[in-house]
Amino acid sequence: MANTITIKIDGREIPTEPGRNLVTVAAENGIFIPSLCFYPHIEPPLGTCRVCTCRINGHFGPACMEKTREGLEVEVNTPDLTDTRKALVEMIFAEGNHFCPACEKSGDCDLQHMGYEMGMSKLRFPHLFKDRLIDFNPKRMVIEHNRCVKCRRCVEEVLTSDGRRVFSFCNRGNETVVGIDYDAEAVLSEEQAVAAMHLCPTGAILVKGKSLARPFGDRRFDMESSKIAAPGQPEEKEAQPAGELERKTIATISLAGCFGCHMSMLDIDLGFLDLIELVDFNKSPLNDIKEFTKICDVGLIEGGCCSSENVEVLREFRKKCKLLVAVGECSIWGGLPAMRNMIPLEECLEEAYLNSMSSEEGEFTVPYHEDLPKILDKVYACSDIVKIDYFIPGCPPTATHIWKAVRNLLWNEQYSVLYSEFKYD
Amino acid sequence: MPTSTIPVPASGTQLLDQLWACQNARGYIRDEDVEACAAALGISEIEIEGVISFYHFFHRRPAGRFTIYLNNSIVSEFKGFERVKAAFESATGAVWNGTDPSGLFGLYPTACIGLSDQEPAALINFQPFTNLNSLKVKGIVAQLKNGVPAESLADEIPDHIRYVPDGDKAIFFRPYHPGSAVVKLPAYSPGQVIDLIRQVRLTGRGGAFFPTGLKWESCARQTNPVKYIVCNADEGEPGTFKDRVLMKTAPGLMIEGMIAAGYAVGAQQGIIYLRAEYTWLKPKLDKTIQQFRNLGYLGEDIAGIKGFQFDVRIQLGAGAYVCGEETALLNSLEGKRGEPRTKWFYPTEKGFLDCPTVVNNVETFCAAARALELGAEKILQTGAPDAPGTKVLSVSGDCRLPGIYEVEWGMPLGKLLDLCQADDPHFVQISGPSGICVPAAQRDRLIAPSDLSCGGAVMVFNADRDILRILTNFNDFFKHESCGVCTPCRAGNFILQRKLEKIEKGLAYEDDFKELIAWGNIMKKTSRCGLGRTAPNTLIAALEQFPAYFAAKAGNKGDGLNKNFDLEQAETAYDQFAP
Ligand SMILES: Cc1cc2nc3c(=O)[nH]c(=O)nc-3n(C[C@H](O)[C@H](O)[C@H](O)COP(=O)(O)O)c2cc1C
Ligand code: SF4
Ligand code: SF4
Ligand code: SF4
Ligand code: FES
Repeated sequence: MANTITIKIDGREIPTEPGRNLVTVAAENGIFIPSLCFYPHIEPPLGTCRVCTCRINGHFGPACMEKTREGLEVEVNTPDLTDTRKALVEMIFAEGNHFCPACEKSGDCDLQHMGYEMGMSKLRFPHLFKDRLIDFNPKRMVIEHNRCVKCRRCVEEVLTSDGRRVFSFCNRGNETVVGIDYDAEAVLSEEQAVAAMHLCPTGAILVKGKSLARPFGDRRFDMESSKIAAPGQPEEKEAQPAGELERKTIATISLAGCFGCHMSMLDIDLGFLDLIELVDFNKSPLNDIKEFTKICDVGLIEGGCCSSENVEVLREFRKKCKLLVAVGECSIWGGLPAMRNMIPLEECLEEAYLNSMSSEEGEFTVPYHEDLPKILDKVYACSDIVKIDYFIPGCPPTATHIWKAVRNLLWNEQYSVLYSEFKYD
Repeated sequence: MPTSTIPVPASGTQLLDQLWACQNARGYIRDEDVEACAAALGISEIEIEGVISFYHFFHRRPAGRFTIYLNNSIVSEFKGFERVKAAFESATGAVWNGTDPSGLFGLYPTACIGLSDQEPAALINFQPFTNLNSLKVKGIVAQLKNGVPAESLADEIPDHIRYVPDGDKAIFFRPYHPGSAVVKLPAYSPGQVIDLIRQVRLTGRGGAFFPTGLKWESCARQTNPVKYIVCNADEGEPGTFKDRVLMKTAPGLMIEGMIAAGYAVGAQQGIIYLRAEYTWLKPKLDKTIQQFRNLGYLGEDIAGIKGFQFDVRIQLGAGAYVCGEETALLNSLEGKRGEPRTKWFYPTEKGFLDCPTVVNNVETFCAAARALELGAEKILQTGAPDAPGTKVLSVSGDCRLPGIYEVEWGMPLGKLLDLCQADDPHFVQISGPSGICVPAAQRDRLIAPSDLSCGGAVMVFNADRDILRILTNFNDFFKHESCGVCTPCRAGNFILQRKLEKIEKGLAYEDDFKELIAWGNIMKKTSRCGLGRTAPNTLIAALEQFPAYFAAKAGNKGDGLNKNFDLEQAETAYDQFAP
């Protein structure tokens, strides 16, 4: 082939043709470059998400914007680049309001997928909890602005049959949203609307009555990573028996959670009998011990902090446990209860106690008493209040994930958490 | 009103003008206007809405018969913004970011309007009002209520040219005679003009210092017969007002530079992208363009060069800092949202309407014209060895002589601070918020491309100005002005804001400062355009250059495990329900 050039990715020489897209060529050669807005058929590429940032001939730049050419040298998997790309995905999560367990696209969502591939268990950034609308006005669609990552794909690709755009970015800065043209949307056929729903990488475009939901296990990103496992590395590491295991003490608590994580802890079924041979449970709802009687090795925290009592209990756990593990999304960043964080507390309480259909005639007060815990202005992540040592994502995390992590912490047993065990829903 | 009276654009390039016509007719853009524009262009209304909502000065709701835009830049903030704002509110009855009940006045904040030497300043119906105080505001509003038009009340804007180098070394601020550069053109071939520009080592004065000769040459190489010269007169960097003064004192000089560029690269059309904040300068520019046409400097066979035709028009912006970024500017010229383009093409390959385009700053064109007029030798005798020539600086803030300083490259910072009579300088901001800050004690730092390569703004702050307030003001600016297209800038500036709030509340630790630097660096590495890439600059520099200030702001680490968490603050919302 006369038209062959050689490019270098992470030191590896790769023969290819000139003028091809770097992300595509890398993928063909088993090198995964994360991307959220790259679609080979859109040219010029959208270049909005920046999740594909690599070092290209010494300069930082988006890989999706790069065409293969002689002399192209790319660094992809260096620690700083991996961290930078992960930071961008974290930023997108922090900026939107992504409640995966309640999302139609969960399991089929490109953003979530990137989180999984990067092993993102918590965000380094604060969640912004910006109040956004959900637009139910269009004829067929619902636009869930909380989930839009502004990739711009719908702006470019969703057109009416006579070529008019259905979407356009509106506003600017952190107020930027994809606006939808109600007239243009109304003339879309059902198929065109469903196609729009499917081309959105996240759950931002929905079509009324056309549920996306598929059973767990059958969704695109349930079972297997898109990364090719490095050759020679077994998928799952077996436990390395560490000899005679020392007896340890665990405490657990459910703060602003739903007890789902505790249910999940019990989900190892008979394995639990083995476990209690090795650990004592101190303060925990599992045994109903209400007060700490000793310093514990590990404290497992379910739920975030929505009340002054949660804060008090969490601080006590910090004092009484050598290691604190945030178990589940609520504990890690607020989770589903944090859906109220976009709305002022006053309005939440008025809605719940004063204006709701179930409030009694003549009921004019929100409960407030010195014996009641005070409700906080928003739901806080446990790590906002105390130092948290480890984070186990999931809503709830699977039982195997929880106990693999705990056994590792207690006895340094080595496990690998499988792709199928690392989930946000 | 019948739809037929609504002006409609014939193509996207006329959209901004049409939206301005609608906006000016009634003080806002109506649904009918949006419909008419969309129908005329054959596009969806949401696209028009997308454009309107991008620009600060377009309104979809009535914005007052007198629309007041009060500058909220940091210089204005320190010089009495809050007092002036309160005075406007009480005198007009308008709510902030809205109108008064009768709809007579609209009152809005706006980013720097290029009058930092005379703050607090405001635009009323795009006429400038400077050195405002409560008394002056009362007087102005009373007169407006009496029916006096804003134009006749507006302030005469002084140029405040404070310094030019001695010994006939001034390049910009020396006497100017229209045509002095253009008449030299016939002696040069287009290629020789580019050679001259290379010889004087002219670099872009819009802040990026890209070699101008190289840019012109790469455009000249393109075979497309239609090419454009665009003058970037968007001057949006807070604290910068040099282009204002250049355009006001010698508008012809800039136009001559554009003509020279057109000749050099083979372009026929020049466009001046003038920020809407400088609408009040437009009549003067219009007059100069007409004068040049009359003199034969614009039009056909310019300066007797057979077949060289070139003309210039003005495109008014509509309020968006990012439109100063050259590719965003091109989108804006095409009547689109001012989102920077990707780097897939250079503007010199595919710029305005996909044709090869040179975009240069006002000062760059002025410098090019002077190079023709004065010759390379003269230029090479000034400035620093690595950077010939002079630089126009706009100095503002805590100094007794704010204004324009034409300095030779290589002037020590200390000398500039002395010249502008900064009595107690502490924090010097170079090149505006997107630049960097320097402790004033570093007097030996040089204003030169090798050290402090200043794009044009120098803001001086005293020791009693709170650094955090400066940083917060800058962060607000970037958060508002980000085009919103890429993640790190759109979300990053928003995230930095949260962290700044934490510092302000005394809840931050040393670790938070380290994180701020790390996060800022992520934005710098990954943002799509210069806005996001420079937005964290000052923050990072401040953390590095003023460690003592931040150490004092760091909260107490407690027992190392519990964090600084303000439980009482978190309970206040609920405490309102206490019986
Ligand atoms: C956010 C942003 C704003 C900018 N604003 C301006 C501006 O107001 N005026 C200007 O001349 N250049 C501005 N620039 C620089 C332009 O992108 C471009 O480099 C310049 O116009 C090129 O002209 P020059 O080479 O003559 O400097 C800006 C760049 C960025 C990233
Ligand atoms: S599934 Fe995707 S779109 Fe839905 S909430 Fe999770 S990250 Fe957001
Ligand atoms: S709605 Fe979907 S396709 Fe459109 S910009 Fe948002 S995330 Fe991308
Ligand atoms: S860096 Fe900011 S202004 Fe530039 S493209 Fe990205 S969002 Fe837009
Ligand atoms: S995939 Fe490259 S910027 Fe989004």
